[in-house]
Amino acid sequence: MTAIGETGIPAAIDRTPSRAWRKLKANKGALVGLVIIAFFAILAVAAPLLPIPDPNATSWSAIRKAPSAAHWLGTDDIGRDILSRMIWGAQASLMAGVFSVAIAVIIGVPFGLVSGYFGGWIDMVISRITEAFLAMPFLITAIALAAFLGPSLTNAMIAIGLSAMPVFVRLTRGQVLSVKTEEYVEGARSIGLRSSGIITRYILPNVFAPILVQATLTVATAIIAEASLSFLGLGQQPPAPSWGSMLNVAKNFLSQAPWMAMWPGAAIFLVVIGFNLLGDGLRDALDPREA
Amino acid sequence: MYTYIAKRLLVAIPTLLIISIFVFSLQKLLPGDPILAMAGEERDPQVLEFLRGKYRLNDPVPYQYVHWLGAALQGDLGISLRTNQPVLQLVGEKLPVTIQLAIMSMIFAFAIGVPMGILAAVKKNTMIDYIANIIALTGLSIPNFWLGIMLILLVSVNLGWLPASGYEPFFSNPLRSLETMLMPSFVLGNALAATLMRHTRSAMLSVLSADYIRTARAKGLPESTVVLEHSFRNAVLPIVTLTALLFGELLAGAVLTEQIFTIPGFGKLIVDAVFNRDYAVVQGVVICTAIGFILMNLLADILYVLLNPRMRAAL
Repeated sequence: MTAIGETGIPAAIDRTPSRAWRKLKANKGALVGLVIIAFFAILAVAAPLLPIPDPNATSWSAIRKAPSAAHWLGTDDIGRDILSRMIWGAQASLMAGVFSVAIAVIIGVPFGLVSGYFGGWIDMVISRITEAFLAMPFLITAIALAAFLGPSLTNAMIAIGLSAMPVFVRLTRGQVLSVKTEEYVEGARSIGLRSSGIITRYILPNVFAPILVQATLTVATAIIAEASLSFLGLGQQPPAPSWGSMLNVAKNFLSQAPWMAMWPGAAIFLVVIGFNLLGDGLRDALDPREA
Repeated sequence: MYTYIAKRLLVAIPTLLIISIFVFSLQKLLPGDPILAMAGEERDPQVLEFLRGKYRLNDPVPYQYVHWLGAALQGDLGISLRTNQPVLQLVGEKLPVTIQLAIMSMIFAFAIGVPMGILAAVKKNTMIDYIANIIALTGLSIPNFWLGIMLILLVSVNLGWLPASGYEPFFSNPLRSLETMLMPSFVLGNALAATLMRHTRSAMLSVLSADYIRTARAKGLPESTVVLEHSFRNAVLPIVTLTALLFGELLAGAVLTEQIFTIPGFGKLIVDAVFNRDYAVVQGVVICTAIGFILMNLLADILYVLLNPRMRAAL
């Protein structure tokens, strides 16, 4: 599992979009990652249009059936089609990954901007709180939050988002500290622009690239976290499909129906590897030190 | 050195205070009356009133916090609603199990990650490097609970080589204990091995390009001496500090690993507590984990100073 905050994002970032895009296109790993993500995203979006059975439809005559022409990936313990549940489960996983990172970015980045730009006591308070949250292991914080908020996919996303947020505060703050001494920021300040204007027009666009890299890599961590919470029964609730909750049920039928455990785990692995490949590629593409 | 440690401990105090506020606030997130949630099935008004008095819920929130913190500082993290045991005692009972799992996982992680990282750095941009990187990326991307399930399927269900679950304390039956912990440790150590591999590779690469390595080679020293004695000894510093920092990841990973292999450790304690709505235990585990993590961070800093002569001289 990728540890949030250990992604080695370079301090200096190549901010030329066209050069970065060329480098990204030349990176085979990143392209493979992009294709994997696109494949699962299309499946998730097109799920209602695909000619697949209802993911919650049970069939007592098709309990724990091995993969066949009728059920390509087999059926589960109450006769539901695994392929259909996998496709609908992609929605939950991708949604959880993207939304929880959105929560982390939307809350974390403004705090990081304010902390880095204004400094002083605001910076001290925000930094201390961030350090405290970073001292708690990500998944344990997410489990504790999800437990107290109550088990549901929405609460799992909130819990994951809040647990991932401190990394974005720290990353943004660090980037702001290096950008705010640049001449163009000094210039904007000297012509009397207000702090809010300087932050949104001059600082935010210049700290955006490393945040994008971190966000991509955090989606991978968030997808595993959602699957972990659903696996523990704290995420998506039955009968709604999710890869983590499918694995939770599958572990009870390992000897009778091993296919129940194979596919959802393989899907999580593929999507996560996709985001990790894309994140690594983006980091290399945006790093000016890389030739 | 002692002044440095004292300073670092002082810095940890505000961090711990903020964590305590967070952990205390968790119970305020409970929808509805927290006492009803804490009491579980119990609905006797007298019991509810007793609990309300015990947790001082009729007092203002800041007062409740100060009372809770005062008790926590004296080692009173509350009582488990399920077992009626003090939370700290429960944590103390489960911790040795997780520590054994953590140590064995670290052994796996080192045995796989460090040699692979050295090899990848020495053979940079060759097939060996690419394969090592693919293995590391796989290790980072594979959900450890799925890896655990797949290993149970292969090694326990199909081959019958190792038990699928269970735990035996090391000192009561060492062989059986190692047998039951082998698969969980591999599962938990796998992701750490990937992280260690990446860091070892990058630390070795920066050392291998240093002037003194070129000099060592020019002197005609054997490549193994150059790599292991001259390079690795200097690359080991970030690896040692990283190991201490990986402790937090180990604890988080242990939650799922212990759940899959039914190991009665620290991780299983928090999951069981969540499902039994034993909130005092959940809070206790979070705060103990944070303290452990802060102590490991401190240890990492001290090790960094001890192992780095330049830092030692600066103190």
